[in-house]
Amino acid sequence: MPIINIDNKTYEVKEGKNLLEACLSLGLNLPYFCWHPALGAVGACRQCAVKVFKDEDDKKGRIIMSCMEPVKDQQRVSIEDSDAKKFREQVIGWLMTNHPHDCAVCDEGGACHLQDMTVMTGHSYRDYHFTKRTYNNQYLGPFLNHEMNRCIQCYRCVRFYKDFAGGKDLDVFAAHNHVYFGRQQEGVLESEFSGNLAEVCPTGVFTDKTLKQHYTRKWDLTSAASVCQGCGLGCNIIAGERYGALRQITNRFNSAVNGYFLCDRGRYGYEFVNSPQRIKTPMVYHGPSELSNGIPVLQHIHRRMKPGKTIGIGSPRASLESNAVLKELVGEENFYLGVSAGDHDLVSLALKVLQQGPVRAASLQEAAAADVVLILGEDLTNTAPMLALSVRQAVRRIPVEEVINTVHVPAWQDAAIREAVQENKGPLYILNVQQTKLDELAKGAWHTAPDNIARIGFGVSHLLSDKMPEVTGMSEQGKAIAAEIAEALKHAKNPLIIAGYGSGSEAVIKSAANVAWALHDLGIDAMLAFTVPECNSMGLEMLGGHRLESAVDRALNNEADTVIILENDLYRRLNQHRAEHFFDKVQDVILLDHLYNPTAEKATIILPAGTFAESDGTLVNNEGRAQRFFQVFSSNTAVQESWRWLLQIAAANGHATLSSLKHLDEVVSHIAVTCPVFHGIDTLTPGAGFRIAGQKVPREPHRYSGRTAMQANIQVSEPKPPEDPDTALSFTMEGYRGEPPSSMIPFFWAPGWNSVQSVNKFQTETGGPLHDGDGGKRLIEPHPNGQTPFYTEVPEPYLPLTEHLLLVPLYHIYGSEELSVHTPGIAERIPAPYIMLHGEDAKRLQVANGHRLHFMDNGHHYTLPVIINNTLQQGAAGIPVGLPGVQIAEAPQLIKV
Amino acid sequence: MERPLTQHIPASGVALHLKEYEAVGGYAALRKVLQELTPAEVTAKVKDANLKGRGGAGFSTGMKWSFVPANVTGPRYLVANADEMEPGTFKDRWLLEGNPHQLLEGMIISAYAIQATQAFVFMRWAYKDAARIMTRAIADAYAAGYLGKNILGKNYSLEMQLHTGVGRYMCGEETALLNSLEGKRAVPRAKPPFPQVSGLFGKPTIVNNVETLSYIPHIMNNGGDWFKSLSYTADGGTKIYGVSGKVNKPGAWELPMGVTMRELLEEHAGGMKAGFRFRGALPGGASTDFLTDAHLDVKMDFAGVAAAGSRLGTGTMVVLDDQTCPVGFVHNLEHFFAQESCGFCTPCREGLPWTEKILYALEQGHGTYADLEQLEMHTKLLGPGNTFCALAPGAMEPLQSALKYFREDFEQHIKEKKCPYAHH
Repeated sequence: MPIINIDNKTYEVKEGKNLLEACLSLGLNLPYFCWHPALGAVGACRQCAVKVFKDEDDKKGRIIMSCMEPVKDQQRVSIEDSDAKKFREQVIGWLMTNHPHDCAVCDEGGACHLQDMTVMTGHSYRDYHFTKRTYNNQYLGPFLNHEMNRCIQCYRCVRFYKDFAGGKDLDVFAAHNHVYFGRQQEGVLESEFSGNLAEVCPTGVFTDKTLKQHYTRKWDLTSAASVCQGCGLGCNIIAGERYGALRQITNRFNSAVNGYFLCDRGRYGYEFVNSPQRIKTPMVYHGPSELSNGIPVLQHIHRRMKPGKTIGIGSPRASLESNAVLKELVGEENFYLGVSAGDHDLVSLALKVLQQGPVRAASLQEAAAADVVLILGEDLTNTAPMLALSVRQAVRRIPVEEVINTVHVPAWQDAAIREAVQENKGPLYILNVQQTKLDELAKGAWHTAPDNIARIGFGVSHLLSDKMPEVTGMSEQGKAIAAEIAEALKHAKNPLIIAGYGSGSEAVIKSAANVAWALHDLGIDAMLAFTVPECNSMGLEMLGGHRLESAVDRALNNEADTVIILENDLYRRLNQHRAEHFFDKVQDVILLDHLYNPTAEKATIILPAGTFAESDGTLVNNEGRAQRFFQVFSSNTAVQESWRWLLQIAAANGHATLSSLKHLDEVVSHIAVTCPVFHGIDTLTPGAGFRIAGQKVPREPHRYSGRTAMQANIQVSEPKPPEDPDTALSFTMEGYRGEPPSSMIPFFWAPGWNSVQSVNKFQTETGGPLHDGDGGKRLIEPHPNGQTPFYTEVPEPYLPLTEHLLLVPLYHIYGSEELSVHTPGIAERIPAPYIMLHGEDAKRLQVANGHRLHFMDNGHHYTLPVIINNTLQQGAAGIPVGLPGVQIAEAPQLIKV
Repeated sequence: MERPLTQHIPASGVALHLKEYEAVGGYAALRKVLQELTPAEVTAKVKDANLKGRGGAGFSTGMKWSFVPANVTGPRYLVANADEMEPGTFKDRWLLEGNPHQLLEGMIISAYAIQATQAFVFMRWAYKDAARIMTRAIADAYAAGYLGKNILGKNYSLEMQLHTGVGRYMCGEETALLNSLEGKRAVPRAKPPFPQVSGLFGKPTIVNNVETLSYIPHIMNNGGDWFKSLSYTADGGTKIYGVSGKVNKPGAWELPMGVTMRELLEEHAGGMKAGFRFRGALPGGASTDFLTDAHLDVKMDFAGVAAAGSRLGTGTMVVLDDQTCPVGFVHNLEHFFAQESCGFCTPCREGLPWTEKILYALEQGHGTYADLEQLEMHTKLLGPGNTFCALAPGAMEPLQSALKYFREDFEQHIKEKKCPYAHH
């Protein structure tokens, strides 16, 4: 490892880095703007200037930009050199010539990288006395506010938006000191990753518009480490609250999962927490009034929980703790998975493949490092958005490796690498029922029905391994596609096969498993990534339970009088008629949930369940990674974690094992002991008794303001802060001011680093893992015996039928997820319900775009406007899943129109 | 006195057509090269002549070519930089409008030397006549078999295209030119990697100035010793020099490398116009330091001008006389440079408009001594290495030398609260 000398001290640094990375990784302060650990260096802002000296005798040295200079052994560097300092100070002076100095009214104020760097360089006196340049701002949609006057032209926004995330509608316009960053015309930013601009921008040009709707200074937030609820990937987030309302979500760096970024559903989908539809008090309905009056709700529940006739329905969007406690409360034989039959089949199959097969699940970061990617039946941008971002990085891996060897520049020299790579892409193959956004990156993208996708997958695996069945009756085109994909995979080192719930087909998942296993048999280090629909879909399947359908059957057989429903709307899981029958039959519905929904209408007792922001718990992501989320704030209502309600019910019932459990640590340890699959979840974070220097870790920064005043309109004396008996976090400013264990970092802050850029101070090296490693624990590792079971039942090819259309599910990042649609901004982006047809089918049915088509699904009538899309498989009808008003429980299935 | 580059250009300035060019020995060098020389031998010959780039930087052309990696597959490119936009510079225009085939022949030979498959002439947008002339010349060269597949029946093929820019000074910088040619923003690239390794579309590329490339046929015909013998100094060849300003005969002339400023001014430009006194000159275009009458005997070659504290640049001198305000003169230049900044790096984007505004304030009588300090600060901090490319350092050269040589004029603006040269 190179030894470098910085201001007459020697340091050992990592090879292949640039000087800026080396200095920051050593904990030294050096200001910068345009460099970003995930985006590399371009040398635009000139802020990170240092001096380098040829040798010990060189006293003059020369100024260089540390971000553009590779570390070299025996290099002599000075950060403190007066010329370098003067230059860095003047760079701020230049940047400030046109900056509006409107920190007092800027959303970034106090958490602004530009402010921090200004202070760091010592620039404090304004020499420029001419007029400032001004710009017009643009409307960019519901997620981001645009204030161009603040821009310091670091080019990070376009580099992230276009180069990194593949966006097309944000660009840099004009030249010299009129450079403009925005859209050609104002309008909604199209990228699903646009919200990251609020964090990538070092000042207040792009700011979070949802925060602006209920603005508070960022240092006034009470925050906690959390995990995104938006999909099954488990991206790490920080959630911040003030005055009892959740105000913003920001990225929580995790080098194995989401790195520096989030998708817009994840960042903005939080506002359901503040919804006026929140359930805030326990309610007892439909009972004789004398029975409910004055009797504690737990008594009511106790009375209704008839032994042998009480069932529990779990939830893929509830924590592992809540599900596990419910399962134990009602008994294993009475616990049902609150997921649709289709989702259950798909997720349980994916789980089985990962648990029993020899190929490991890829983390998001491993996915980004794959060299060949095969996507089977997934529109990732809509089903697992951050995985799509990983795939975008993966397709660059091979071309980047190639040009590094020919052009001889390091990978972090971003502009040079992109120039040399041009449009070259590594092998990515996509098979999906219709076009996806990633198709533009693919070497091959084909659109066909799920069964045909599976057949090609089986065909690929047959070409890779003769243990696999041959696919009979494959078309010439299908054979050619399979051959092309197999050829690319054969030469891969770390290929990634992606499938999941998107196609709604078990055969597709099986074919993906076969391909990965066949590669494994060839000695290739293959990876699998299965998308799952919800934040704890995988955890719930690992916990295990009976199918939801059998709960309905049991009720219809009069064997279930009381049902406890955990954080679930059964109308999204069952078709409407089944759900109605079920609710007609059961006498008492005890619901624990956040929001009023159709299931709540049927409930006889409702308990207000805490959302992720009001709860502690554990989620297991699609990779099998268990991650802890922490309660952000303590509600002053009756809202509490579902698992706590359930423990209280257990205590009221005198439950044998649960009665003794009270706090999170006890619940987590109990699960870790009683469920072997969850072994180790009690080590995810330090327990409630953990202290540093005798102190808890505060959820509020020391800059938090107003605590003595904020409740003064109610009571002049400052109220006692809530206790947190469950974790080592406090709900106050008091506590240990230093760095907490990585898994419980409530906010990123370091002296002189008030913006999100301070994450550098929490990492072992810039862009590297946090000091205690990556949060979370992988619960599923490949089967040690490396057996490759292989699936052999190849589906029949799908051929368009004349009488029927094959209904296929289409997912939408905005709309398909249950809770995020309660954010007004996301609601704005939800497409209107539609039915998508191929042009030929539309012609046959004599309909055009916008015409309304009528069909029946399990007796439910639908009339939807037609959208024609010729990339859709002919004979198929695409239907948006999960959108408000579209309650199709089962797809694929055949329908008649 | 030999004038290889311009000898055949008629006094009328009308372009030599293909037949006329051939009649004076045109394309003989190409014929000879393709018959007798390997690409490496061509490069060696250019190296041997020690031809230095005529675009301003003065880097050895043969050396530049030799950096093209030998063993890479895929296309390679040759680009003629005809984006002549340096204020005060009009030397390439003379060659483009007068003898287009000389450039084409030089380009074909150079392309052969680096085994390029495609060549471009990147021409300044405003050179409408030159563009028309070059379009015809390229078509004629294709028709005559000097371009296209199997040139002159040999195993070498080259495609050629004229590309006219959109009028950005930045495109004179070779990497910004390449970005522009790719259809991207005309911002410079970091070096390394140099264009020889990763240039146009990320492929090995050589960008040479029009005057440089126009010399190649002559070096092939006559050799390096001949080339060196043309010059008065160690830098070989002739050079097209120009003079503009209040002189009797502004113009451009091809002269032996190393003529003195005095000879250029007095013999060729005919001395100052009556009633005007020489105060100084930018010897090599707008982005070079002023030299004054103390420097009139400086030899105008790369080393000579550098020793006097300026740069040969393009060799086209802009003369400052005693009735033109040096502050106004420099303000005009900084206005140009500020406008032409690409906006990529901070010091140039924000610093140049600042200097422009200060100079304007001085001209308007609003300047202060603190403003002079700000100007000084900019001349020091917008130095090479501090900015991304050479535009801002170049822009500071006339300013820093004006502050040095004409300080009293700046101070007079402040003291009198007006421009002393203003006539009203």
